[in-house]
Amino acid sequence: MHEGEPINAGSPLVFDKVVFSYSETRFDFDVAFSPGVVTALMGPSGSGKSTLLNLIAGFEVPDSGRILIGDADVTSLAPALRPVSMVFQENNLFGHLSIARNVGLGRSPSLRLDAADREAVSSALARVGLAGKEARLPRELSGGERQRVALARVLVRDRPVLLLDEPFAALGPALRDDMIDLVIELQQERRMTVIFVTHHPSDARKIAEELVFLEHGRVSATGKMDRFFEAAGPKAFRDYIGDDGAAR
Amino acid sequence: MSTSARSVRPLLPGIVSLGVIVVLIGGAFGGLLVEGFRDLSRAIAAFDGYMLRLIRFTLLQALLSTLFSVVPAIAVARALSRHPVFWGRSFILKLFAVPLALPALVAAMGVLALFGRAGLFAPLLSSFWDGGWPGIYGLAGILVAHVFFNLPLATRLLVEALDTVPGDQLRLASQLGMGAGASFRLIEWPVLRAAIPGVAGLIFMLCITSFTIVLTLGGGPAASTLEVAIYQALRFDFDLARAVALTVIQIALTLVVVTGLIRLGANVTGEANLVVARQRYVNVGPQELLFNAICIVLALLFVAGPMVAIVVSGLKADLGRLLSESSFHRALGTSLVLAVVSATLAATLAWALAAARSYSSGSGATFLASIFDTGASFVLVVPPIVIGAGWFVLLRHFTDVFSVAPIMVALVNAVMAMPFALRAIRPAHDAAAERHDRLCLSLGITGWNRLRLIEWPVLRRPFATAFAFAMALSLGDLGVIALFGSEGLKTLPYLLYERMGSYRTADAAGLALLLGLFCLTLIMIADWLGREEKDARG
Repeated sequence: MHEGEPINAGSPLVFDKVVFSYSETRFDFDVAFSPGVVTALMGPSGSGKSTLLNLIAGFEVPDSGRILIGDADVTSLAPALRPVSMVFQENNLFGHLSIARNVGLGRSPSLRLDAADREAVSSALARVGLAGKEARLPRELSGGERQRVALARVLVRDRPVLLLDEPFAALGPALRDDMIDLVIELQQERRMTVIFVTHHPSDARKIAEELVFLEHGRVSATGKMDRFFEAAGPKAFRDYIGDDGAAR
Repeated sequence: MSTSARSVRPLLPGIVSLGVIVVLIGGAFGGLLVEGFRDLSRAIAAFDGYMLRLIRFTLLQALLSTLFSVVPAIAVARALSRHPVFWGRSFILKLFAVPLALPALVAAMGVLALFGRAGLFAPLLSSFWDGGWPGIYGLAGILVAHVFFNLPLATRLLVEALDTVPGDQLRLASQLGMGAGASFRLIEWPVLRAAIPGVAGLIFMLCITSFTIVLTLGGGPAASTLEVAIYQALRFDFDLARAVALTVIQIALTLVVVTGLIRLGANVTGEANLVVARQRYVNVGPQELLFNAICIVLALLFVAGPMVAIVVSGLKADLGRLLSESSFHRALGTSLVLAVVSATLAATLAWALAAARSYSSGSGATFLASIFDTGASFVLVVPPIVIGAGWFVLLRHFTDVFSVAPIMVALVNAVMAMPFALRAIRPAHDAAAERHDRLCLSLGITGWNRLRLIEWPVLRRPFATAFAFAMALSLGDLGVIALFGSEGLKTLPYLLYERMGSYRTADAAGLALLLGLFCLTLIMIADWLGREEKDARG
C-alpha cells in the first residue's frame, strides 16, 4: 500500500502544559498526539475541540505553555510558517478564484506558479478525483467536490500535520464515507499526523487509530480507539456517545 | 483572537486614514482657535443681538422643517403600509428616494421654478397677491425645500419601521376585527413612537447644518442661519473674529444635537432598506381608503412637483448654447476632476477604515475597533463649511487661499462622503473577512498578495458603489466650493449659483437639470452595483 518513505513523514505533536483563556472560559491542554497516525478529537460542544485546533494552527496563542511539532517549538510562530495544513467545515475556497488557482495558493501565496507547480496542482486534483476541472469556479462544484479541492491543496502544500475541523459535517452519509476513505488513502500515502474533529463515533472508528476526548476545556481521556468502545471504556465518553454509538 | 501573534502592519492604512481625518478636522479647529485667541475681545464682541437672532432662526427653521416633514410622513407612511400592494406603489417609494440623490442646489432651483417670482405657479399666485407674487423666499422657501427633501426620507424610514410589524400580529388584528383606529393605536403607533425620535432627530440635524438651501432661498439677513453667516463673514465681510464665534456656536449646536441623536440610537447616515412589498392582512374600509389615497396623492404631488419643474424649466433653457459654452466646459471639467479625485479618496479611506476596524475587532482589540468606527461617524458632526472655514483662516497665513482651493475642495468633500462610502464597503468587507481571514492566515496570503488576489476581486463592486455615491455627493456640493471658489476655480454648482445670482434664471435652470441628471445617474449606478452585490452574496 505504501512503498518507500513518504517525503514528509508525520511529526509528533505535543501540548506541553498549554493554558489558554477566552473571556470566561479556561482551557488546559497537556497531551501528545502520535506521529503519522489519525487521531480523532471528540467531545461535547464547547469542550475546546476547535480551540485546540486553532492553537495548533496558530490562530490562537496560548497564555502559557508550549506547543511542539517535531522538535520545533511553534508556540509563537505565525500560522503560515507552521508545518500545518487545515481543512475547515466550509469556506476553504476563495469563490472568485478557479479551482486550480485555489489549489495553487498552497504552493505560492502570491500565485506565481512555475510549470512544476502547475503540474503538481494538476496531479493533486487528479489524485482527489477532480481531473480536468481546473478551470471551474467553486460555485460550480458540489459540497463534496469543494472539500476535495481543499484536500488537493493539502497535498500540494505537503505539510506533516493535517487538521480536519469537521470537514465533512455538511455532507450526507454516503458522501461522507467516500471522503473519509479518501482521507485514509491520502494519510497512508503521506503518513501525515492527522487530527480529525468529528461528532460521529462511526466516522471516528473508521478513520482513527487513536482518540483524544475533551471535556470542559481539558483532555479527559486518550488512548487507542477500540479501548473507548469497550464496556470498560471511559464513562464520560460512553455517556457522550449514548446507547446508539455504543451499540455500533 | 489575541493580538500577539499578529502584526500591526495591516492596521497602517486605517491609521493613515484616521490621521487624514484628524488632521483635516483638527487643522480646521486649530485655525479657528488661533484666530479666536488672536483677537479674543472681538470674537467675544461678536456674540451680539444679531448672533442671537441667527441662533433663534437656525433652530426655528430646523424645528418647523422637522415638524412639517415628520407629521405628514406619519400619515403617508401609514397609508403606504396599509396598502402593501397597489399599482405604482414601488414607483412612489423609488421616487421618494430621488430627493436624497439630488444636490440641494438643484432642489432649490426646483422650488424656485415652481414658486419663484417667475415660477410656474407665479401667474396663479399673483392673482391672490397684492402687487404680484414676490416669489418664495425667506422662511417659507427654506421650509418648502427642506420638506421636499425630508418628507420622503421620513416616509421611507417610517415605512421601514412599520414593515417590522410581524405578519402574525397583523393576521391576529384582522381576525379580531380591529378597525383603522384600533390598529393604529395598538399596532402601528407603538412601532412609530419608537422610530419617530430617531427620524425627527436625523432631520433636525440635517436642517441645522443645511447650507445650500438657506443660502439660495433665504434671501437676506432676516432668514440666515449660522452656516450661511459663517460663509458671509468669510467671503464678504472678511470678519474673521465673527466667523470664529459663529463656528464655535455651530459646532456646539451640532454636538448637542448629535449627542442627543446617539442617545436615541438614530442611524445618522439615514438610509432606508425597504422590502418592496409584502403580503399583509389588513381590511381597509372605504373612508380610510379615501383618506389614505388623499395622503399619498398629496405627498406625491409635493415631491414630484419640484422635480417636474426642474425638467420643464430646464428644457426651456437654451441647452444647445449652454452645452457649447466654454465656461460650461471648464466648470464640467473642473467638477469631474475634483469629483473623481474626491470619490477615489473617499472610497479608499472607507476601505482602509473598514479593514482596520474588522482586523482590530477580529484581534479582540474592541477599543481600537470602536475608534475606527467613531472616526468615521465623527465626520458627520462637523459641517463641511466649518472645516472649510477653519482651513480658510489657517491657510491665509501661509499662502494664497485660492491657490490651494482645489486640494481643499477635493479633500473636504472626500472626508464628508467617507461615512456613506463606508456604508457601502463595510458589510461586504466584513463578510469577506469572516470567510477568508483564517484561510489567508494559514496559507500565508498577506499584504499586497491579499489585496490583489483576494480583496480586490471581491470588493471592487462595493468599491465602485462607494465611488459612484461619493462622486455624486461631491459633484453636487456647493459647500466648500462656495468658500474657496473663484474665477480660477469654478465647479458646476458654483457656475449655477453664479448664474442664479446674476438673474440668468434660464441658464441656471438648464444647468440644474444637467447637474441633477449627472448626480441621479451616478446614484442609480451606485444603487444598481450595490444591489447586484447583495444578490451575488445572498
